[in-house]
Formats: sequence, structure tokens, C-alpha cells
Amino acid sequence: MIAFILKRLIQSVIVMLAVALIAFSMFRFIGDPVNSMLPENASAEDRQELREQLGLDQPVTVQFTRFVTGAVQGEFGISYRNKRAVAEMIAERLPATLELVLAAAVFALLLGVPMGIYAALHPKGVLSNMLNVISLIGISVPTFVTGILLILVFSVWLNWLPSFGRGETVQIGWWRTGFLTVSGLKSLILPAVMLGLFQVTLIMRLVRAEMMEVLRSDFVRFARARGLTNRAVNFGHALGNTLMPVITIVGLQLGAMIAFAIITETVFQWPGMGLLFIQAVSFGDIPVMSAYLVMVALVFVAINMIVDLLYFAIDPRLSVRA
Amino acid sequence: MTFTSRLKAGLAAGALAAVLAGAAGANTLRMADSTDIAAMDPHSMTESNTIGFLNHVYEGLVRYNQDLEVEPALATSWEFIEPTRIRFTLREGVTFHNGNAFTADDVVASLERAAHDSSPVKSNIPGMESVEKVDDHTVDLVLAGPDPIVLNYLTNMLILDREWMEEHDALLPADMRSGRENYAVANSNGTGPFKLESRQPDARTVLTVHEGWWDEPQHNLTRIEFSPISSDATRIAALLSGELDFITPAPLQDIDRIDRSDGASVIIAPALRTIMLGMNQKDTLHNSNLTDGNPLKERRVREALWRAIDMELIRKKIMRDMSRNAALLVAPPVPGYDESLDVLPPADLSAAKALLAEAGYADGFEVGLDCPNDRYVNDEEICQAITAMWSRIGVKAKLTAQTKSKHFEKLLAGSSDIYMMGWATLPMLDSYSVLSSLLHTPSDRMGAWNPGRYSNPDIDALTSKVAVELDPDKRTAMMSEALKIARDDVAIIPLHQQPLAWAVRDGVDLPITADNKPRLWYAKIN
Repeated sequence: MIAFILKRLIQSVIVMLAVALIAFSMFRFIGDPVNSMLPENASAEDRQELREQLGLDQPVTVQFTRFVTGAVQGEFGISYRNKRAVAEMIAERLPATLELVLAAAVFALLLGVPMGIYAALHPKGVLSNMLNVISLIGISVPTFVTGILLILVFSVWLNWLPSFGRGETVQIGWWRTGFLTVSGLKSLILPAVMLGLFQVTLIMRLVRAEMMEVLRSDFVRFARARGLTNRAVNFGHALGNTLMPVITIVGLQLGAMIAFAIITETVFQWPGMGLLFIQAVSFGDIPVMSAYLVMVALVFVAINMIVDLLYFAIDPRLSVRA
Repeated sequence: MTFTSRLKAGLAAGALAAVLAGAAGANTLRMADSTDIAAMDPHSMTESNTIGFLNHVYEGLVRYNQDLEVEPALATSWEFIEPTRIRFTLREGVTFHNGNAFTADDVVASLERAAHDSSPVKSNIPGMESVEKVDDHTVDLVLAGPDPIVLNYLTNMLILDREWMEEHDALLPADMRSGRENYAVANSNGTGPFKLESRQPDARTVLTVHEGWWDEPQHNLTRIEFSPISSDATRIAALLSGELDFITPAPLQDIDRIDRSDGASVIIAPALRTIMLGMNQKDTLHNSNLTDGNPLKERRVREALWRAIDMELIRKKIMRDMSRNAALLVAPPVPGYDESLDVLPPADLSAAKALLAEAGYADGFEVGLDCPNDRYVNDEEICQAITAMWSRIGVKAKLTAQTKSKHFEKLLAGSSDIYMMGWATLPMLDSYSVLSSLLHTPSDRMGAWNPGRYSNPDIDALTSKVAVELDPDKRTAMMSEALKIARDDVAIIPLHQQPLAWAVRDGVDLPITADNKPRLWYAKIN
């Protein structure tokens, strides 16, 4: 068990280093941040001087080593644009993104699972077919279009929900939450729907397929033979077995949602990490970009590792092989 | 503190904030810009949206009024007691937001901070030798040489409180090497009409009125809520749904929609920024079929390229009738602009072809054209149109349109043949900015934005004279002359001044100024 964890940890570190290295070698292609940091009438010498101060004139390998040495100590440097400590900026934005992703995931589960169950139990029903068609649309329409449409309908026409921002937030320790105020919750609805919509269709299709599979299996047939009610068979036996793989997929999708939140955060001006990253890209803010990419890699690595460990705990065959 | 008690405290604070927000609602101006301000420190960044916003919190010795003329602010008067020494009399009875009195010490500390070696804004106060305190309300600014536009520079040099900076270890500007934050980056203490209440980057920055402001308020605001909204569609939706009172910028393609809606309208003015095409003047081109020689060094070729561009068509079709075509490199409000010189002859393809033939390029040539695609209004579309127009005289432009950070990197590295750029002359607001940065032969501090290495001894000589001429009339005449030489020589092809478009909700009244900096201390809400 310990050997297994150690092996995983070493793999994770290698993955993180690889991500950081790829990120670093790409920064050369996003343009020179010095041009946006200095006024237009700065001289060529001023620019060169700043470039040297920031170490941008050094080879990529030197810059990369410096970044890794800093990152290991939790030092990510100062943002070129905002002149603030990057670690602090990321910590400030993390709650916004996590709350958004959590809300979107809950929304996706609450809507996707019942829809999937219904479609599995009534495979030939009119409503099931409609759900299928709708889910196809949900998968095909680009998310930013959905976002703009939601804003148009619910903010501009109906005037029910705010079109941007997080509303009033409450600070608890270092965590700034929007869950505790009415305007915070209202602001959460549209972005969470936009981010969760794709997941709804994904979960619905997954639950439908899994459940139809399970309903065909022997133990469900035996359960029916025992004379159990439909309700007990469907929800007591079939659903439980359906949800196992669904939960795994949703867990893995959390990482993807954190990464996809970039688009949602841009459309709704949601002050999370994705928005921070997009702005860093257009400015050439290398410290922020590198910290964000490492952060996202860390989330993926962590989720993968937890899933692996869960499998390890659940499936005895794995420990035999190890 | 346990978690629950912290939670309760947080809830109470949230409820209180909501109540306060409700109470202050009457004269709150809610505005959105496309980008957030970079930081609260006025000496950390020179982006004009950041400086424009900070001008509500901090003030300089002098400021621009609504007509972009320099007027007294924290200094009441000034005189040149020597050509290189200006004596400022400071306003008495001014207090900072924390109650500290404004004195000469604050001016000395602030200007030294701005001009400090590690300051990113030091090139916005060139030629400052030292600042000397004479008495509590008198300060001498000593210059390295005579500088006729030093006051223009000073409009951007905002004054911080010395005691406050000392208390928070912020006497020096943010130093990128130290990896340490500067207190002034997230906090503020100025003398301006509004003070900072709270700031959450990328979400909301709230200012409240500073009751003790020295000037007679011409606004009736009690509170400003600033939110950046980067998505154009969302920004407009928020205005139309009544969540905002004022947005900047309003994208050109949405102006009709906003004007047709109930309750909001667009205000438009020509901006200071002149869009232009610079040209490589070195011995060879970077991206051409011609391997030796550079046709762009030939004046007739440059003129042919200029005459082939149909600016009327671009104005009508791409700029929706809202741009102002230019024949000079500066906009009308900029000193040195001469109306009689700003005459753009209509596009003339046959004349352009004749010029090319005369220069020996009857069959045309290939040339690279570099444009940003996210910096100026419809920048990429304009370049596509120009590419098509040039193809009609046989010049095959190879267009590269890319994001601004890449575009300007390539441009400044001198790797472009023909490149689009815009110049607003800020913060100087003076033609000298164009002469010294764009037209002067690159050397030392001059020609920083002349990567094509255009060089004209007449312009260089005039530029040096303008730099030290203290008589405004003579100076303006010399600048106009230099701009005329540049026009006749087609040093740079001027295109147009792009429009500036803001949108406001009905009942909001604020002046639009060509420098694209909202001055909300003139704003009224009815």
C-alpha cells in the first residue's frame, strides 16, 4: 500500500514538472510583457533594463529552474500587472471558482440523474425521446452561446437575475462566500446553469445507459421474480448499482469543470481563477499564468490520485497484484 | 473565534453592508469598464484606464479640465523662476482621506517616489532633476533642462501622503525584484473627490464621496461602484437590464441597439488616438519577393500606398460613419495640430499607380503588413480592407493580424515591414510626443516607437528645438511645421481618429472627453 502511494506520488511530481515545463516553453510565444508594463514613451533602454530585472533575458531553462525553486517554497512571485503576490491572488480567487463548480455539479446531478432514470425506465416514451433530443442540443451548442442566451432571457427580458459578478459576498476567514446572501445565491444561478448544462446531458446519458444495462442483469430479474415492487427493484437495487460509475465520472469531471470555468467566468465576469488566467494571458503576466497552470495540474493530479486510492480500497484484486 | 461565531459575525457584516448599500442607493453611479484597474498605486502602472480611475482618489499638482487644458489642482499657482526651476505654491487647507494635512513634504516624497529608479512610471516625468521643499506650502521642481510641457506630465503625477507611506513602508514604488507587495497597491489615501471604500479585484471597487474635498463639487454622487466586465455582450446586457448606469467602451456594432432600447443611450466623441501605418525604412524588407533594396524608402512608393487607401470607404463601411479621417498624425485637440494641413485628398488609384511606375515598381511588390486584432476599434477589418485596396495597385500585402502583446513585440523588435499602431500623445497631450517617439531618428531616449527607423534631419532638428522652446506660439508653429514635413514626406501613413463611445442610462449626465478618461466629478444623476 505504501509502495503504491509512493509510486503514485512520484508520478504526480513528474506530471507537475512536465506541465510547468511545457507552460514555460510556451510563454515565449505570448508576447513580451515588458511592453505592457511600461508607458508608451519608455525608451528601449528602460525596456531592456526591466527585462533584465525580471530575468526575462535569461534562457528558458534558467527561468524554469527559478520558478520551480520558488514554487516548492510556495513562492510564486509578484504579478506583472497587479503587482500583488500571486499565491495570495490565487487563494483569493479559488473560493469563487470552487463554489461555482460545486453549484454546477449539484445542479447537474439533481437534474441529470432523474432525467437519466426516467429515460431508462421509459425507453420508448415520448418524454424520453424529447429528453434525448434536448440533451443532444445541450451537448452541441457552445457554452458561451448558452450563457449569452441565459443573460438575454433572465437578465434583460425578465429582469430576474443579475447578469454579472458574484453579488454580495461574506468573508469567513480567508474564504469569501456567496452562499450566505440572497444576491450571492441569485448571482450563482445563471453561471452554474451554464457550466452545468453540458454535465447534465453527460450524466443523463450515462445514467440512462448504465441503468438500462443494470435492468437487464440477472439479479434484477431475480429481484422481480421474488415479487418485489417495481419501486423497490428500480430504486432499491438497480439505481444503487448504476450510480457507482456515475460518481466516478462526476468526480473526474470536477477537474474538467474547474478548467472549463474559464469560459463561464469570462461571460459572467465571475471573479474566479479562470478570469484571472484569461487576463494574465492577454497581458503576458507570466507569474500568474504559471501559477494557475500548476494549480490546475495539481487539482487533476490530486483527483486522479484520490480515485486511484479509492479503487485500491474498494477492489481487492488491485492489492493482490501490487 | 469559533466557526459559528465567525459565521454569525460575517452574516451580520453582510446584512449591514446590504442595509448601507440600500441607504446610499440614491446617488450611486454603477459603472463598468472592459478591464479592471491594475492596482490602486498610482506609481505602478500607466494604463490610461487605471490612471483615469485613480484620478478620482488621487490628485496631481495640476489637472486637465473638461476641455483638456491644464488647470490648478493641488498647486494654486506656479512660475518659472529660472528656465529649469519651477516654483509651485501649494493649496492650503487640503486634507488627505485619513485627515492628514497636505504639505510640501507630501509633494517631495511623491515625486521622488514616481521618479525613483525602480519606478515603472519614471519615463512619464523625464527630465526631473530634484524636488525641493521651500516651505510648508512652496515646492521647487528642478529640471535637467528647459521643459515646456512639464505641466502636462505633472497632471499624471499623483500625490500620496508621506506619513501614510512611511507608516506602511511604501515610500518606494512596488519593486518587482523583491517579490514583496507594496501596501499602496491595495490601499489608498489621496486628496481626491472620492475615497476607496472596498476593492475586490475583477469584481468590484467601491468609492464613496470625500466630504472634505477642497474643490466645489460639481457632481451629486455619493458613491461609485466600479465593476470590470470583459465580455462586450454581458456589459451591454447589464446596462440594458438596469444593473449599470454607465459603460465604457460601447462596441460600435451595438450602438444602434443601445440607442433603440428604452432607458439607455450612447455618447460618442472622436478620440485623441490617431491610427496610423508605420513603415520599415531599413535597407531590406522582411517579408517580400524583393531581396535587395526596400521600395518603402522611396517617397513616391509611400505616397502611392497612401493614395491607394480609400479612407472614405473605411469610414462608411467599417467604422459606421463614426471615425474621423486624418491627414496629420495628431488629433485636433492636440497642440501643434493645424487645420489647414489636415486635408486628405480622395483616394486615387491611377495617381497611385503612376507614382509606383515612376519609382520603378510598375508591377508592384510583396510586403508584410502587421496588425493587432484586439487593440484598436476594428483593427483587423481595417487591415483587411487596406490589403484589398493595395492589391488593386499591384502591391501584395501579406497580412498578419495577431493579439496585441505579440503584435507590439514584433513591432518593437523592428521585424515588421508595415505596421499598424495608434498614438494618443498621452500623457503629454502634445505633438512633441509624436515628434520625439515616432518620428525622431532612434537614438538614446528618442524614437522609442520608431522601429522602422525613419530618419529626417529636418524633423530631428525641429524636435530638438521644440523640446526646449518655452514660448508657446513659436513652439506650436515649429511642431506644425515638423508635422507638415512628416506629412509631405509620408513618414507615416495616418488613417483616422477612432471614435470613442460610452453608454449611459437615462438620467445620467457626464461629459465625454477625448482622452477616454471618465471624469465622474462632473457627473450628475437625476
